[in-house]
Amino acid sequence: MQLSRRALVGGAALATIPLIRPRAQGQPGVKIGVLTDMSGTYANTTGMTSVVCTKQALEDFGVSGKGFTAEVIYADHQNKPDIGVSIARRWFDQDGVDVIVDVPTSSVALAVQGVCREKNKVYINSGAASAALTGVDCSPNMVHWTYDTYMLAKSTGGGMVKTGGDSWFFITADYAFGHQLQKDTTAFVTGEKGKVLGSVAYPFPGTTDFSSFLVQAQASRAKVLGLASAGTDTVNQIKQANEFGLTQTMKLAALLMTIGDVHALGLATAHGLNLTESFYWDLNDRTRAFTDRVKGKVAGNWPNMIHAGCYSGTLHYLKTVADMGAAKAKADGRATIARMKAMPVDDDCFGKTTIREDGRHLVPAYLFEVKQPSESKGPWDYYKLVHTTPADEAARPLADGHCPFVHV
Amino acid sequence: MITIFGIPGPLLFGQLLLGLINGAFYAMLSLGLAIIFGMLNIINFAHGALFMMGAFVAWMLLNYLGIGYFPALILAPVIVGIFGLICEKTIISPLYKLDHLYGLLLTFGMALVIEGLFRNAYGSSGMPYRIPDVFQGATDLGFMFLPNYRGWVVIAALIVCLATWAIIEKTFIGARLRAATENAPLVQAFGVNVPRLITLTYGAGVALAAFAGVLAAPIYSVNPNMGSNFIITVFAVVVIGGMGSILGSIVTGFALGVIEGLTKVFYPQGSATVIFLVMVIVLIVRPRGLFGKAA
Repeated sequence: MQLSRRALVGGAALATIPLIRPRAQGQPGVKIGVLTDMSGTYANTTGMTSVVCTKQALEDFGVSGKGFTAEVIYADHQNKPDIGVSIARRWFDQDGVDVIVDVPTSSVALAVQGVCREKNKVYINSGAASAALTGVDCSPNMVHWTYDTYMLAKSTGGGMVKTGGDSWFFITADYAFGHQLQKDTTAFVTGEKGKVLGSVAYPFPGTTDFSSFLVQAQASRAKVLGLASAGTDTVNQIKQANEFGLTQTMKLAALLMTIGDVHALGLATAHGLNLTESFYWDLNDRTRAFTDRVKGKVAGNWPNMIHAGCYSGTLHYLKTVADMGAAKAKADGRATIARMKAMPVDDDCFGKTTIREDGRHLVPAYLFEVKQPSESKGPWDYYKLVHTTPADEAARPLADGHCPFVHV
Repeated sequence: MITIFGIPGPLLFGQLLLGLINGAFYAMLSLGLAIIFGMLNIINFAHGALFMMGAFVAWMLLNYLGIGYFPALILAPVIVGIFGLICEKTIISPLYKLDHLYGLLLTFGMALVIEGLFRNAYGSSGMPYRIPDVFQGATDLGFMFLPNYRGWVVIAALIVCLATWAIIEKTFIGARLRAATENAPLVQAFGVNVPRLITLTYGAGVALAAFAGVLAAPIYSVNPNMGSNFIITVFAVVVIGGMGSILGSIVTGFALGVIEGLTKVFYPQGSATVIFLVMVIVLIVRPRGLFGKAA
């Protein structure tokens, strides 16, 4: 068969005409972007389980029939602020994302804060620790959902002094987060008439052997060893503390640790450890029901407080969108956050809660002790509750945050 | 109590011993690298990933097949060594004719792929691996509390390092290997199968990394990134010792472990940097490394 030149040219011309697809009319949609660590140190603490919990919020809310559609996308920021910022910009400018969820690693979280504010979008941070997010670097476009350095320091530091741990030694990651955590915890320890006998800052990242620091801690004869670090560093420290027999003479306080890390350590090593989370799957019937819905969806990882925060924050956002109308919510992120603050929060993970003016979601902080292997009755039965700090006391007082748009 | 530079003597002795223990890992890893570089001229950036594989294989043997620590100490290096052999045969060997940089880039890519696969399958938090019952507990040495397992690590590492050195420097196989490095075509002309010798050498170097991985499993969390934490330091050790020098890598490994240990007492923040500082000084004063031969 011979192809005529005219037919060829005609066909080529036809191919350049864009395909016109009919769009679903009438239903506006919101797009939720989970920006998280999918591959690094915090991939278990946040990562895929955060995405699953965010999707669970859509399922539980039951978007269909509410007059709008919702979808979840996700990306890996690799714990690098530049990558986080460029993903956020692309999402807002090209992909039509309306809200960013999770964002662990404080440096990335603070960088993304600026973008969300500039583009007037909604930012629900669950993964990052820095209390600066609702302090000097606060934003009217953000809610800090789950925890911060202040809460961890108060619950673990203050709580342990009350139960007799009145002399401390710190092993601290030598960067902003570690120093902030040590400083905040020291304030609570000394505030409760405790003493800090010494501290050592280890190079971050890249330290895997902590034995020297542990031996120095042992020599201090302090009652509590405060670990101002996170992720695999903390896991290694606890493993090695056990090996050097520190756990027989000192109590270990992991200042930022979640249930996945305990699972990685195993109870034989982790038992007796004190840590703070604002959510635990076995707290009550509602938390258990939530966990039953999500736990099979990521192999080998049950939800921690950060994952629960992604769920709770997204659910509250969807309720707000339904309340104020999707078109209005999409147009103005600041107004959406203001509405979110005005509406009462209620979900299976944190129960009935509120959001404060500076963007801090007020949740109680639970000081847990990790169970002995013999006390554990089933899979992931790891914590026993030692002390609860009520929601209004677990957050830094408004006046101390120096958030520019809060007037107290 | 005696004090040295304001530090109590017992604390200092303790730190020296701990430095020696870390040095044992540096020595074992840099030894494997030195062998591979010395014999194959490949800068093996996948070494850290293979070290991690050793630890993971030990973990898998225990959790999937119920095989304990001591059999794993033999089995894991064999399994990972075979994996190394396959890699050498299929993807590394075509690069021998090219510049060193190609080998470096290839093995670097291999490391990223291997680590990525493990991260995908097992997450990043790591897996627990118990210290074997024989080595549970610790011994009070008077000046410090030494976990029995760490004592075992130093002894095992010393034995393996010395045995490797002896095989290469003192035996017939070692002599062939050294000859093949000096002049491969000539040795081949004598009827020695040089490509096979090289493949087996790569396998042996990889097995050493895996052995170190099994030793490390009970101390560190068995996680996909455990090798990348070590690899840069270990490369510095190899450079300081002299690229390709077997004895150099062993001695430098232990010595730098001790120097790092002491830095942790006097200036902890600098402990990650001190090895590189030594490397800079050595490169300025003796560019071939402490034990490197003159060209």
